[in-house]
Amino acid sequence: MSLLPILDVVLAGLVIGVAIFTITARELFASVVGYVAYGLLLAFVWIRLYAPDVALTEAAVGSGVTGVLLITAGKRLGALKNAAPEAQPGFAFKLLTGVLAALVASALGAVILMLPDPPPSLAPEAAAAADGAGAGLGNPITAVLMSYRSLDTMLEKIVLILAVVGVWSVGTDKAWGSAPAPLRQQEPYAPMVFLAQMLAPVGALIAIHIFWTGANAPGGAFQGGALLAAMWMVTMMARLTDPPRIDTQWLRVALVAGPAVFLISGLAGEVVAGAFFAYPPSLAKPIILFIEAFMVLSIAAALPMLVAGPPSERPD
Amino acid sequence: MAESGTTTPGGYLLVLTILLPVVGMILSFTPGGRNAERIALCSTPFGFALACAIAFHVNRAGKPIVYLVGGLPPPLGIALRADGISAVMLVAAAVIVTAAAFYARPKFATPDGVSESRSSLTFWIMLQAIWAALNIIFVGGDLFNLYVALELLTFAAVPLVCIDGRPETIAAALRYLLFALFGSISYLLGVALFYGAHGTLDISLLAERVQSTPVVWTAAALMTCGLLAKTALFPLHLWLPPAHANAPAAASAVLSGLVVKGSFFLTLRLWFYILPALPAEKVAIVLGCLGSAAIIAGSVIALRQARLKLLIAYSTVAQIGYLFLVFPLATGASSAIGWSAGVMQILAHAFAKAAMFFSAGLLAEALGHDQIVKLGGAARVLPLTFLTIALGGLSLVGLPPSGGFSAKWLMLQASVASGQWVWTLPILAGGLLAAGYVYRILTPALSDDQISLVLPPKRSQEVIALALTAVAIALGFAPQAFFDFLEIGRPVVGQP
Amino acid sequence: MTPSVLAGLTGAALVGFGLYGLILHPHPLRKLLAFNLMGSGVFLIFGIVARRGASAGFSFDPVPQAMVITGIVVAFAASAIAVALILRLSAESGHVTLDPEVWTGSNGGDTM
Repeated sequence: MSLLPILDVVLAGLVIGVAIFTITARELFASVVGYVAYGLLLAFVWIRLYAPDVALTEAAVGSGVTGVLLITAGKRLGALKNAAPEAQPGFAFKLLTGVLAALVASALGAVILMLPDPPPSLAPEAAAAADGAGAGLGNPITAVLMSYRSLDTMLEKIVLILAVVGVWSVGTDKAWGSAPAPLRQQEPYAPMVFLAQMLAPVGALIAIHIFWTGANAPGGAFQGGALLAAMWMVTMMARLTDPPRIDTQWLRVALVAGPAVFLISGLAGEVVAGAFFAYPPSLAKPIILFIEAFMVLSIAAALPMLVAGPPSERPD
Repeated sequence: MAESGTTTPGGYLLVLTILLPVVGMILSFTPGGRNAERIALCSTPFGFALACAIAFHVNRAGKPIVYLVGGLPPPLGIALRADGISAVMLVAAAVIVTAAAFYARPKFATPDGVSESRSSLTFWIMLQAIWAALNIIFVGGDLFNLYVALELLTFAAVPLVCIDGRPETIAAALRYLLFALFGSISYLLGVALFYGAHGTLDISLLAERVQSTPVVWTAAALMTCGLLAKTALFPLHLWLPPAHANAPAAASAVLSGLVVKGSFFLTLRLWFYILPALPAEKVAIVLGCLGSAAIIAGSVIALRQARLKLLIAYSTVAQIGYLFLVFPLATGASSAIGWSAGVMQILAHAFAKAAMFFSAGLLAEALGHDQIVKLGGAARVLPLTFLTIALGGLSLVGLPPSGGFSAKWLMLQASVASGQWVWTLPILAGGLLAAGYVYRILTPALSDDQISLVLPPKRSQEVIALALTAVAIALGFAPQAFFDFLEIGRPVVGQP
Repeated sequence: MTPSVLAGLTGAALVGFGLYGLILHPHPLRKLLAFNLMGSGVFLIFGIVARRGASAGFSFDPVPQAMVITGIVVAFAASAIAVALILRLSAESGHVTLDPEVWTGSNGGDTM
């Protein structure tokens, strides 16, 4: 008897259990820690769904970087010492909301059981296009992201830049141009420094490898970029470097490099390959890897800036 | 139904119209500083030209123009599609964004002596991002592409709400963000179910494949619910008044005039383009009832407001209600009338509301406050501004000649022609209530009191506001050819 | 019960829990957490759609998985903006609440 079905049920139970804990925990910090654990468990669920690319992204971005963001937020909120205790919602309201949520979840569950069989899928089309528009990429998800639905990916990079500007705009007028507050206010913690010095170079190499191998195996620009971003954040947390000033040119260029290169290649496609965002057949794979390299740079620059927050005036 | 298989002549313009503001954003961000406003202002005439060119091509072809991105046809690739209403909305967005850019120039140009300022860079980048997002929404043919566009729109609109940094604006922005995020995730869930049911997210292909199954109904309900939250239809309207009233005038104009119309446009795409084959009468009636509730509730609350900008924001809530009357009215044999009414309402409200917010901004700066009771005699010192408010009010109330009158007249016609007399009640009641709150603004202003200006208004800003309201009035004279143009590409059930 | 169905039902449950938390919790940061929970539930549903679409030699349909990757990054960006707003609100005003009563001072509201 295979153990996998038992594993699946246990995993599902754990995921739901941790999710309930996250929602019902009294303290904010407990809730955030619960969410990080939940994210890691989800990565396992993704593996069971034969989605290693998504598992990597969920672990790196969904649980990892989001966890850092939320924990940093919790700490900074705690430091601001606010919060008159929130007015707790009444029992009737809780009941009503619970009923609504239960209805939505049950309707959704019922509908999922009613999804058509045989399920419609674009896998055959993706397989057929693999050598043509797919540029011979061995990883079909990279083909989807960079070729078939490249407009989505390019726009999503723009969304990232926009989020960075949005986060920066929340700062004060006086602080504009200076650097965000360091990720860690206290003195550098020696083991952390050691970890950063050991881990960051190794992590950076692994990140570049994950990006490079994403053309033919699970991985790609998003996963590699997220890992590289994590390494930069580790060095910032160890106070080996500090967040840069937001008006530094290299930072701005790094942030727009990905979408800019993507855009230029997309516009050039009209001239070179007959349609915007098309690739000339013989050069498709090198061009895609070239664009992805700059995307890694942009993602690695954007994610830590989103966590670091708006520029802040420093007492010095 | 337009074939989705090939790129049509002029299709490349669709990509250019999306990419122009995107390029503007990138160039505004990287060198930064003063380049942001220069690039934004310089790109506006080109954007307007592109929109007009698209309209010209659609008119000449008599059917939608299509572009296959990357040359790859759906379902694997993404198609862009511009039909009659797309073209009209592209032109309207270009005009209003241009007006907002030039109106905002005195306030948001980078001050002298500073290389870059927070509010300037933010404003110009967000404005171009809103423009890009709207253009994608108007020409997008793929539901997930439209999801990314909706997120772009939200991330651009939210920082504009709190651009001046006061705590109440930040709270309003946060509430807006949370509502909008709920809307996006609900929309995305619907997209997942559509894909699970039919294996494609292309609007034309889905329209061919969709059937009346529980999966499709649930997906439609989820997407609609999400889009209603973003369009601030009653009862999900709570985020809108504080957000629009506290944003700076140029931002409020774009938020009320265009941003909420983007998610409404997608609701139209969902129900009239993807799902016309479904027996959706009950849904149409529900949406019509919610719209009527919005008209009444929004107008009544507007009547009780002390601040001008809050009154105008609640007026937006009410006028959005009119938009949802298009669902019950654009059905059956007289659907063309109802459809024309809905689009005319979108346009008339966009221009009139933008002009009203510009005027409210001018007023607040000139008089130092925007309390309605203290407006005594203001019309004598700010004649152009109050002329703009009066003409804009004319359109909002729906008096001839104005676009608003055209819209409401067509709605009344459609109600009668389709036998649904009941909808005439909220239309007429809304008109009366709107007259009430416009009267509330104008009466003190036209009185004989003396009032002095804190700051003289800028002539250029007054002219821009007046120009927009003139467009709202001019829409009332739209010829039949305009309404025929709106029919291009609209799927009509029952016709071969 | 195949892994897909189980994961799908888990996703549906997560959407329910997330919705509950989003509506109920007064503190915006808890609302944000609940929203992230809802989002991951929605992504799971995309995931099972992808898994069910296994055919033509692939063990999954790559298109929905690519959409999930895009969605995860967009959801993170949304969280970052929300956190920035929450922190600024807390710094400016000392309390973090979305209750409109708190913010309408003498200047707003519907007093004649």
